[in-house]
Amino acid sequence: MREELLSILEKNSRIDLKELAVLLGAEEIDVANEIKKLEEEGIICGYHTLINWDKTSIDKVSALIEVKVTPQRGQGFDKIAERIYNYPEVRAVYLISGGYDLLVTLEEKTLREIANFVSDKLSTLDSVLSTATHFVLKKYKDHGTVFDKKHEDEREIITP
Amino acid sequence: MTKPLSAAVQSLKPSGIRKFFDIVSEMKDAISLGVGEPDFDTPWHIRDEGIFALEKGKTFYTSNSGLKELREEICNYLKRKQNITYDPQSEVIVTVGGSEAIDIGLRALINPGDEVIIPQPSYVSYEPCAILAGAKPVIINLKAENEFRLTAEELKNAITDKTKVLILPFPNNPTGAIMERKDLEEIAEIIIKNDIYVMSDEIYAELTYKGEHVSIASLDGMKERTILINGFSKAYAMTGWRLGYACAPKEIIKQMTKIHQFAIMCAPTTSQYAAVEALKNGDEDIKMMRQAYNQRRRFLLNAFKEMNLECFEPYGAFYVFPCIKEFGMASEEFATRFLEEEKVAAVPGNAFGASGEGYLRISYAYSLDNLKIAMERMKKFIEKLRNKD
Repeated sequence: MREELLSILEKNSRIDLKELAVLLGAEEIDVANEIKKLEEEGIICGYHTLINWDKTSIDKVSALIEVKVTPQRGQGFDKIAERIYNYPEVRAVYLISGGYDLLVTLEEKTLREIANFVSDKLSTLDSVLSTATHFVLKKYKDHGTVFDKKHEDEREIITP
Repeated sequence: MTKPLSAAVQSLKPSGIRKFFDIVSEMKDAISLGVGEPDFDTPWHIRDEGIFALEKGKTFYTSNSGLKELREEICNYLKRKQNITYDPQSEVIVTVGGSEAIDIGLRALINPGDEVIIPQPSYVSYEPCAILAGAKPVIINLKAENEFRLTAEELKNAITDKTKVLILPFPNNPTGAIMERKDLEEIAEIIIKNDIYVMSDEIYAELTYKGEHVSIASLDGMKERTILINGFSKAYAMTGWRLGYACAPKEIIKQMTKIHQFAIMCAPTTSQYAAVEALKNGDEDIKMMRQAYNQRRRFLLNAFKEMNLECFEPYGAFYVFPCIKEFGMASEEFATRFLEEEKVAAVPGNAFGASGEGYLRISYAYSLDNLKIAMERMKKFIEKLRNKD
């Protein structure tokens, strides 16, 4: 049940317990217990809403920042990653294989806020060797959902 | 022209679905529950292979029986999923949809006057194809009390000296019924004893929600008398690609290939390349789609339960087949009124044979949101009918 439950919730976290139980062919109480367990185990980490900010009047930008760092003895990249993710404006931090080490994302900020973050906070950290900031021009798809695409049913209305 | 057209073709009744389609197409804003094809797009990696084949200029005929690589992948697939061994060289033919395989399979088997046993309710093309092949269709009316499975008793009663082939349409369109191993074993015994062929239409094999699908061809003594039909339409959401296949003993495939060669030449080349990719890397797509269908199936059955509407639990395909006999009207009248009064289109059960009378085929090849609206309307409609009494 676990995998199927998660895949439903990932697409629709607002689904009610009763419907969830019907879809899974399970009892409500069992579903509720499973969700509780998933939350306790830190597998379900939150229930967010996917917003296409481009469609609002709020004029803010997102940035992806490549960061090269010096790993620290005994702690690898974890310590520096923590320094970075503790900033509330940071949306995500990933350790990346390849040409740089950390990918840091900032979302829905003004250009100035992002510039200040990079120059004042990120670049001044001791272990940070260099940064490269990329601004997002347009989001086509996020969390598996394509923005701005209406799916018309093109099938014949009745077929055998 | 005054000379008459073919008497055999003229004698065919137009499909009951067609008639209903004409009514529905007048209605602009109706919600449809009437389609017999997946709502998913063909998975991107499969479409991509089709595009790639076009880019590379793979636009020529393939061999009559289909690309060698595709036939090999079909055999791998059947070995992997059903544990049946077919020889890709001589026991497989790639067809234009499962429907072509039904047609040429029957034509390869039938002599004038042979009887073809067709369990109904079932897909609309078996009977006309049998008639066009010169056979006499013998209909078995499947029963709701058996969950629309074919029983040994029913089969026994339908067999005569002239019986040539049994059509076995499971998982079933329109009822959603399946045949489990024990059901198949019971009828296989009778089939072997009476020495008849089986045309097993397994196009919905991947859409089984209770255990794994079992093919009758995998039972002892059955492979040598079975034409197994399957295809890509339902499992991989590839209806428009028009691609199916048949596997059978090489004597039968040899004859089928002749008809195919003269009537069709070969199945579409682009589709064949895409299908290779589907068989190689499509298992996860099937799993994802099956899971979604199964959720919708449960949703509909629960909705019927809440409405107190009689419906057996179907374990296959993407249809539910609720009983509407309590309302004392014919399926067509029910479906027409449901459409006119609540703007929901579902296919009357009798479009799939007389034994479908009193039932409605509801397809769940639609998003849950769509189904939710449709079920609200159905509830309203049913309550209205009940309150009139």
